[in-house]
Amino acid sequence: MRDVAVIGAGCTPFGEKWNSSFRNLFVEAGILALEDAGVAGEQIGGLYVGNMSAGRFIEQEHIGALIADYAGLASHHIPATRVEAACASGGLSFRQAVIAVASGMEEIVVAAGVEKMTDVASGASVDALAGAADREWEGFVGATFPGLYAMIATDYMNRYPLTREQLAQVAVKNHFNGARNPIAQFRQEITIDTVIRSSLVADPLRLFDCSPITDGAAAVVLAPLDRAREFTDTPVRVLASAQASDTITLHDRRDISTLDATVAAGRRAFAAARLSTADIDLVEVHDCFTIAEICAIEDLGFCRKGEAGRLTEEGATALNGDIPVNTSGGLKACGHPVGATGIKQVFEVVQQLRGEAGKRQIEGAAIGMTHNVGGTGATVAVHILGV
Amino acid sequence: MVGIITYGVYIPRYRIRVEEIARVWGANADDITGGLGVFSKSVPGHDEDTATIAVEAARNALARREIDPGDIGAVYVGSESHPYAVKPTACTVGEAVGATPCMTAADYEFACKAGTAAIQTCMGLATSGMIRYGLAIGADVAQGAPSDALEYTAAAGGAAYVIGMDDPIALIHRTCSFTTDTPDFWRREGQGYPRHGGRFTGEPGYFRHVEGAARLLFEQAGKGPKDYTYAVFHQPNAKFPQRVAKTLGFSPEQIRPGLVVPRLGNTYSGSSMIGLAATLDVAKPGDRIFVASFGSGAGSDAFDIEVTDAIGSDAFRRDAAPGVEQLLADPVYVDYAQYARYKGKIVMQK
Repeated sequence: MRDVAVIGAGCTPFGEKWNSSFRNLFVEAGILALEDAGVAGEQIGGLYVGNMSAGRFIEQEHIGALIADYAGLASHHIPATRVEAACASGGLSFRQAVIAVASGMEEIVVAAGVEKMTDVASGASVDALAGAADREWEGFVGATFPGLYAMIATDYMNRYPLTREQLAQVAVKNHFNGARNPIAQFRQEITIDTVIRSSLVADPLRLFDCSPITDGAAAVVLAPLDRAREFTDTPVRVLASAQASDTITLHDRRDISTLDATVAAGRRAFAAARLSTADIDLVEVHDCFTIAEICAIEDLGFCRKGEAGRLTEEGATALNGDIPVNTSGGLKACGHPVGATGIKQVFEVVQQLRGEAGKRQIEGAAIGMTHNVGGTGATVAVHILGV
Repeated sequence: MVGIITYGVYIPRYRIRVEEIARVWGANADDITGGLGVFSKSVPGHDEDTATIAVEAARNALARREIDPGDIGAVYVGSESHPYAVKPTACTVGEAVGATPCMTAADYEFACKAGTAAIQTCMGLATSGMIRYGLAIGADVAQGAPSDALEYTAAAGGAAYVIGMDDPIALIHRTCSFTTDTPDFWRREGQGYPRHGGRFTGEPGYFRHVEGAARLLFEQAGKGPKDYTYAVFHQPNAKFPQRVAKTLGFSPEQIRPGLVVPRLGNTYSGSSMIGLAATLDVAKPGDRIFVASFGSGAGSDAFDIEVTDAIGSDAFRRDAAPGVEQLLADPVYVDYAQYARYKGKIVMQK
């Protein structure tokens, strides 16, 4: 197995991109990544694209070839593969690209993620997203994602000391970071009051506990580490790529407040990189809901179960804290174009490790982690990157 | 110069509070009133429809000024709730005010801006000399599906404007439009309620077109927000007109007299025209009024209006018909059950 490096990264601004179609978005992100890497189209040996539900959102399937075509690569006949694992599609796309380069099967590979969600009404997008859960056992009986994560939050708050204010602080902190990220969907700071007074979505989760519906795309370019300096002076090394799965339904879990797939993927990643939580300078976690960030911090091992609320309240996860979490603004403030999120997390870590994160820069960041979840935790991808 | 000869408004007396609608659907009234800035909306009585509202508004217009109805050479009624799919509301109005038979007439539809399109048509006909007076009306018994976001604002009312060249109470110096094919809100043949693209109705719909028409008018007229005493915008809720006014550089004071939506709701084709009427109700000679309507689908008509001395002359009796403030005062509040009956939402067994 060869070592692999990220040699370029790009991301569109996230938001309601009514003037950009699905193909506009991924072409924009792809060009940004290729320009960043200084790689020409004909040098690309393969393309992986994470996308959850183009079929439901824009009635388009077969998007691997579509993307290669609109990237101007049709005449090169490159292998182009769509990767789908609901909201973890981007993370898995990145992992497939890492495996392709590490194995020696491919040299220069693009890993991308794209989702165009605002072409359908919000009810239709909520239903499309419900396909990330078990349709027969959860969706058909009325469970939506806010509903499922509300059950996690309710169970968690019954068993562990987490206050409403601590939960709200997750969103407050992520909006603070998003306000400092030029690609973020929401760039305004909020207060705990904003969260607590917002509309109730699924008790105890309120509107500002939930990530939004977003359009956006992100792309990164990977190469073997020993060739990375042909393209860039600032390669970012992939130190670990881990993936885990779990029961698709929430009710079949051993413990619904612990995402065992996160625990497993996190342990595998730390073992592969021979690192521990103390070595991580920043982590992008999958905060599709505020409670998900609380669980992620604990399940990845950054603190014991039941402590993440207090750590968040104390500022340990803020930009200037011991372990900055979601410096990009996370899914909550940066936005959550589901298939693109996993790649955007890598984009954020790459920016941080290169010292290009501007007002949200973590001084001296050398090792970063990404954590991307599909559904309520049936798929988890964890990556560790370093310089 | 072409302008407004007289105008009149009609608003049904019934109102329903937003919190009453929220109560029925289990929604948080504070969230809705906070988000929309609308607290109540008008409800048509069970014997009222777009035709009766248009007739009342036209009669109120004619009560204010003595003109021979036989000189009205054109009647256009803009609405998205014409009582008949085929059979013009405009003929009913023409007959009711005595303008028939030597007149042309048609019903207009351009979502919420069909009434201002009717004003533009009448301006052209009057300026060319084809007609002496034209009657342009915007009226609706607005449709909003039960529990849909629209239901909290979809109201009833209308305004009628007589357009001509003879001693106008307000000159229309210029009008221009900004129109594209933008499907933000629609209702197909046979459907009872419109559908809409949610948040898509905002930025790519309302704001792009209203700002587009406004900037076009400013450029053509060589005017800016500071040249106007008042500004009136289409008001589907209170937030949109307030935001677009701010973006364009108008002050809250400039839009205050014409911002009727918090108590009235969105009267669709009547919305900006009732707002203009409320502004004319308090306007003095020399006041300059900017108006921009908006119709989904989508387009905006902008107008540069200047009030003349005629508004205070003996020929024009502003008090001979109720002003908008008078029509908004002393409402009768109904509950959701009465509202459902009046709006024909209760379907009897067939």
